Amino acid sequence: MPDQLLQIGRRLLQAVPSVIGIVIISFALTRALPGDPAVYFAGAMADEESIAEVRQALGLDRSLVEQFFIYVSNLLQGDLGLSLNTGLPVLEELLTRLPASLELTFTGLGLAVLIAVPLGMLAATRPGSWIDHLCRVLVTAGVSLPTFFTGLFLIYIFYFLLGWAPSPLGRLDILYLPPPHVTGFYLIDSLLAGDSETFWAALRQLVLPAFTLGLFALAPIARMTRASMLSALGSEYVRTARANGLSHRKVLFTYAFRNAALPLLTTLGMVFSFLLGANVLVEKVFAWPGIGLFAIEALVASDYAAVQGFVLSMALLFVVVNLMIDLLLTLIDPRVSMSD
Amino acid sequence: MKRFLNHFFYVMSENPVTVFAFSLFILIILTALFGPWLAPYDPLATQAANALQPPSLQHWFGTDHLGRDVFSRVIVATRLDLGIALSAVALSFFIGSALGSAAGFWGGWTDRIIGRLSDTIMAFPLFVLAMGIVSALGNSVENIIYATAIINLPFYARVARAETNVRRNAGYVMAARLSGSSDLRILATQVFPNCLPPMMVQISLNMGWAILNAAGLSFIGLGVRPPDAEWGIMVAEGATYIVSGEWWLALFPGAALMLAVFCFNLIGDGLRDLVDPLRRT
Repeated sequence: MPDQLLQIGRRLLQAVPSVIGIVIISFALTRALPGDPAVYFAGAMADEESIAEVRQALGLDRSLVEQFFIYVSNLLQGDLGLSLNTGLPVLEELLTRLPASLELTFTGLGLAVLIAVPLGMLAATRPGSWIDHLCRVLVTAGVSLPTFFTGLFLIYIFYFLLGWAPSPLGRLDILYLPPPHVTGFYLIDSLLAGDSETFWAALRQLVLPAFTLGLFALAPIARMTRASMLSALGSEYVRTARANGLSHRKVLFTYAFRNAALPLLTTLGMVFSFLLGANVLVEKVFAWPGIGLFAIEALVASDYAAVQGFVLSMALLFVVVNLMIDLLLTLIDPRVSMSD
Repeated sequence: MKRFLNHFFYVMSENPVTVFAFSLFILIILTALFGPWLAPYDPLATQAANALQPPSLQHWFGTDHLGRDVFSRVIVATRLDLGIALSAVALSFFIGSALGSAAGFWGGWTDRIIGRLSDTIMAFPLFVLAMGIVSALGNSVENIIYATAIINLPFYARVARAETNVRRNAGYVMAARLSGSSDLRILATQVFPNCLPPMMVQISLNMGWAILNAAGLSFIGLGVRPPDAEWGIMVAEGATYIVSGEWWLALFPGAALMLAVFCFNLIGDGLRDLVDPLRRT
């Protein structure tokens, strides 16, 4: 156990360089504005004097190194600047919208895992069968489908043609009030409040966007499950287990799947990164009030502080997710801790 | 060369899907080259009386909210979409493979700095990083290309580094060094040409992704400005009409986009079979 603690500590230290790299790149992005940022932030009506004032206020009259340290100390205090669009601190804007995006992303990822893992396992146990071909077609189609396009067509079919889905505008129909804020996840909050009607309404709004994201995430997960299951099933320990007369189920789940789950977990980290990008597009299609939609509105309005705050926080979120996956791997796989 | 061609035809005859993908590829290239002459109507000509017509014999893909012919717009957009993706992929291929080969060939600090740089880019969700780059550099088509190139850079650098690294002590490199060639000369004339086949596979797999990325950026309103025809922006314009049942505005440009990406992915898989049959999954 102390060995594993040491491992965890070492892994946490390994994240430090990537966080430093992320902060340096975001700093570079905030300073890459074309022209003089002071002129931009001072507004159109500014004269020489007020531009100089803004320059001093923003610290632009100092050296780049000094500016960088000011930027970092602001970050450490949670100061990402003010959003020009809304006049509120960017951090606050992001935090209020984050639960909406996370609810969508996690539901999409969960759906994808629920479909893709059994599909990949079935395809690997029956190579060449129709389910294997179905898996291959889904995998190839899944990586070619633009997320925004799938979303629109799910809307067309399930809202316009069949009328099963509610109108694709936001997290909750205007007839309902959002449940009292506890976690910010409408599904959980409405259950906590014991309000099953709101729960169903929120679920109905969530199904289509979550499926759109899920379809997108399905392909890499199914592909990886199939490949790693195939190599696990072809291994010597599975042959030995079979030769010892263990039941088919025991061989498949205990021997093959537990080994195949390791590369799968690593893939999930990468899929999550792609989902954070796809999320932006899906939120735009479904008018989902998350951070992606906020970032698009900020982009269109040239609200730089908001966009850069969004990019930085997404990158940090991604680092945290990867870190958690690696820690999970260290805990479940004894070989990871021994290999270094 | 003859052996390669034989092998090429063998792989082709084994895999009808690859043949299909190559024919589709040629069709897409021809459309990109001759698009403006193939389109039956002017892609920018508005005709208010003819707005939102469903597909018919006159307008195969229908007309949009301004009465423009969707078929012509989809055809003409091919050049812009392919152009953006091709320039971005070319940029990241040249810069990425130069950096990657340098890292793989010399190792040491060069390797560490370049490796750290590409790790840092990969630490961002890539589409989100592209949004950040476009917002920092300014909203234009060139900056979409730069952003797509930057987020693809690490993939090329990694492949080039791995391929150079295994070859840097190969016999022919030793021979070239003994005959007095400089490092740069060896890298350019001996090592790099041998790394090209796996790089080609990477390019083809990457093209589809670059097209999707660029279309995604223009879907959220970056880069290409209306009234220019581009698949992503056409889907975005058509999105408003989906809820009232005018499906053809978004379906056809979206399908064209999908077909192009699908084609490049299939070709990438086919090329991989050609170059490295062992890695088939």
